[in-house]
Amino acid sequence: MPEGRKIKVLVCKPGLDGHDRGAKVLARALRDAGMEVIYTGIHNTPEDIVNTVIQEDPDVVMLSMLSGAHNALCPVIMEKLKENGINDVLVAVGGIIPDEDKPFLEKHGLKGFHGPGTELKTIIEFVKNNLKR
Amino acid sequence: MTEIDESKTLKPTKGERKEKFRNLSNIEIKRLYMPEHIQDLNYVMDLGEPGQYPFTRGAYKNMYRGRLWTMRQFAGFGNAEQTNQRYKFLLEHGQTGLSVAFSLHTIYGIEAVDEKALGEIGKEGVSIDTLKDMETLFDGIDLSKISTSMTINGPASILLALYIVTAERQGHTPDQLRGTIQNDILKEYIAQKSWIFPPEPSMRLIVDTIEYCTKYVPQWYTISISGYHIREAGSTAVQELAFTLADGFAYVEAAMERGLDVDDFAPRLSFFFNSHNNLFEEVAKYRAARRIWARHMKNKYGAKKAESMRLRFHTQTAGVSLTAQEPENNIVRVTLQGLAAVLGGTQSLHTNSFDEALCLPTEKAAKIALRTQQIIAHESGVADTVDPLAGSYYVEWLTNKMEEEAEAYFQRIEEFGGVIPAIKANFFQKEIANASYKYQKEIESKERIIVGVNDFSQREPCSTPLLKIDEEIGKQQVKSLEKIKQERNNEMLKEKLEKLKKAAEGTENLMPFIIDAVREYASIGEIINTLKDVFGTYQEDSIY
Amino acid sequence: MDYSDLIERLLNNEPRAAARLITIVENDITAAEEIINSIYKYTGNAYILGVTGAPGSGKSTFISTLTKILVEQGKKLGIICVDPTSPLTGGALLGDRIRMKEHFTLNNLFIRSMANRGQLGGLARATEDVIKILDVYGCDIVIVETVGVGQSEVDIFKSAQTVAVLLQPEVGDDIQAIKAGIMEITDIFVVNKMDLPGTDRKVAEISQMLELESSFKYDSNDFSKEFTKIRKWTPEIVKVNSKTGENFDIFLEIVDHHKKFLKETGIIESYEKNRIKNETLQILKHKLAKKVEKLISSNSEIEKYINLVMDKSLDPYSMANLIIKLLGIE
Repeated sequence: MPEGRKIKVLVCKPGLDGHDRGAKVLARALRDAGMEVIYTGIHNTPEDIVNTVIQEDPDVVMLSMLSGAHNALCPVIMEKLKENGINDVLVAVGGIIPDEDKPFLEKHGLKGFHGPGTELKTIIEFVKNNLKR
Repeated sequence: MTEIDESKTLKPTKGERKEKFRNLSNIEIKRLYMPEHIQDLNYVMDLGEPGQYPFTRGAYKNMYRGRLWTMRQFAGFGNAEQTNQRYKFLLEHGQTGLSVAFSLHTIYGIEAVDEKALGEIGKEGVSIDTLKDMETLFDGIDLSKISTSMTINGPASILLALYIVTAERQGHTPDQLRGTIQNDILKEYIAQKSWIFPPEPSMRLIVDTIEYCTKYVPQWYTISISGYHIREAGSTAVQELAFTLADGFAYVEAAMERGLDVDDFAPRLSFFFNSHNNLFEEVAKYRAARRIWARHMKNKYGAKKAESMRLRFHTQTAGVSLTAQEPENNIVRVTLQGLAAVLGGTQSLHTNSFDEALCLPTEKAAKIALRTQQIIAHESGVADTVDPLAGSYYVEWLTNKMEEEAEAYFQRIEEFGGVIPAIKANFFQKEIANASYKYQKEIESKERIIVGVNDFSQREPCSTPLLKIDEEIGKQQVKSLEKIKQERNNEMLKEKLEKLKKAAEGTENLMPFIIDAVREYASIGEIINTLKDVFGTYQEDSIY
Repeated sequence: MDYSDLIERLLNNEPRAAARLITIVENDITAAEEIINSIYKYTGNAYILGVTGAPGSGKSTFISTLTKILVEQGKKLGIICVDPTSPLTGGALLGDRIRMKEHFTLNNLFIRSMANRGQLGGLARATEDVIKILDVYGCDIVIVETVGVGQSEVDIFKSAQTVAVLLQPEVGDDIQAIKAGIMEITDIFVVNKMDLPGTDRKVAEISQMLELESSFKYDSNDFSKEFTKIRKWTPEIVKVNSKTGENFDIFLEIVDHHKKFLKETGIIESYEKNRIKNETLQILKHKLAKKVEKLISSNSEIEKYINLVMDKSLDPYSMANLIIKLLGIE
């Protein structure tokens, strides 16, 4: 990583879920850990997210999902990233993700799966240790 | 107030666990509460008998000695048929009212066939598109006998219309219907985020429902002014109290501006609060809420009827307090939270299921949640006397303190020019974001202990069986909507929607037009889109 | 590193290549040098509009509405949103994309958020480079948006052809807040939220202030004043409503008018020269600062000087002169 480089993170809420407390707290915590954070607000379609990734070129995308739509939306996001040749971005999903869904999501290249009650420092460490570039 | 010698009460004696004790609103709690802390309390002016102004001791004279609170478990998932079965299950097990949770696409007025609904159908609540779904949802449930609460805001007027028409098809008239629509849009901008239109047209729709119900659906609660979601978004108890009541006052002002008499509509306003972990803080919050509402309704808005000053509320235990780690511990948390609501005099209660940090409640978890309420009601003895904590130096002091801090917030909101300008200046959003970040930091630093999470924790694999929503449900809902669209009288519907649009451009009450459209099997999405053409949509700033 | 592949893809208007090159120039000045060196000859087609205003003046709504209009006119647009870096943590929250969501399509709109990273002159340097990349990427217009408080923002705006400042009615002190530095280089004052009372009063306040300013405008010789002088443009005031789009046609007309004015009076040329001078100055500052930092942290002489200053046998000014000698640039 060249000198002066900062970790750039996109925090997104895909789908219609409006529960943004966790996403906002996380965004602030990552900022306080010295990262540059873009929070894209709620109600993002997979296309919104991928377009933002293309333009902002973040190191990390963190998806916060509590509505149960993860199995439907995450693979679509991963697929669209791939279509656009994006393979060096760490994509993590957290929120309410049942254990039994993890293998399916892992197969699609997602990581993280931090649930309610996870300490922020755990997530910060996770980001730092899993960067793809 | 006369000076109190705090040396006895505030200063820690040797050997205390912490330097400072603070509740979830960051109010410092003293070592001891003494008569002098409430020496200015006037029994008649500040407390009053239960059922009498200022209602601090309770909304009704006999409270639970007369009738227990309504045990109303929020439920809804999958399609109308599945939820209908769950309702029947709950009613068979002694639940006394229905509470509908809607699917996110319904909440936003988006049709199941819209690509934005992908993956969301039936996940967080029951998926409703048209009258057909609503008829299925209440199939075999007599709407003249039951009271139904519907958690719906942006499209609240449409769901009310659907309910009225569903009852009509069961042979009941609107004046027989009992229930609540949440219909509280202000807290959506503040916290919950399921807005559709900008604030001004949203307020118009709300006043339309108030006006309509006052005339035709007199037993209906027109708004459930909600602090629940404000708290879930991370606010403190004081913020929940202050922002919710401020929203309430804003609705009163809007309806009075329409020319309605405060005593005609205010009795049909109700509230919805959260119950979090700090028992006494929550009790004080409910007591303060009743007193503040009564005082403002009487003194500021000139209400004459006691009914208009009487704050009634539903409570739900704090979803945000549930942990995914050792989920069984949540049963204990919910018990304490439910107890706080009862000690605070709630009119109805939803107790969360212990598995909700993981998924939608399974049948077993939902049953335990209901049983928790029943144990509080029938075994604990807390329902045997009215307002049992009154007169406690601590509880009365804390009630005063909550009122005082809420009043300070009202001042600040007033400085913005009211609730809507304060929303546009992101005042509430910033206050809540700061409070929730602070709370999280306190947990990280172990200033606050969450059992099984940041202390006493053993990482063990989760063995809770989870309720899964079949992805097929979404596909079915799409198919069924497509079928309805083919079968209905589309000519007639088009006409009705055009009439609705015309009316929206003017100032007429929109309820009759919405009811007409619903009868023709318009989808919620179609009605919302018609209104969007006139009203536009709302965009939030990013505040965090 | 070899950037030729990325540059070729940039010339083919590939958004992903533009984005990656932006990341590189933001993070690495050595790489930036190499990249700009290869693409400089393709620059010069985009029109650069600077937009600033105090928090709460409705900048994002304004830009969102402006974007909608320009995209509908078939323009290809680049937007650079600059947000402050926290001096305490070095992190930043960037969030202005939210309002743009509704007009977002990949082909005609490229939005990029940047943190100002608080480094001296570094922001202006990086922004210049990002503008160039978006220029080569084929944007007709590049809008640079900042919160408009610090000196580094003033530096950014020296690369904009037209600078618009947003103010709002009912807020008394926003003119004061923005006055230093940016006021002097503003071409258009936009009074946003014209539906609110106090709009006309705000317009009157601005024109009063402009009259006052013009009476002593040419006295000073400092850089900003010199800059104002070559513009010879009397700032325009326009009131708009960003929610309804009211008066945006007037705003765009003024921008057009200003564009023509710069061209017809030949000012654009002296403007360009000035911009090059300014930009080079920024680069020099950055490079020299790096050199100085390196010298101070590695040269053994420095420790000696510090001891001399501590003994009072040398003062800090003289020490600075000695360091300049060490750098060999006197």
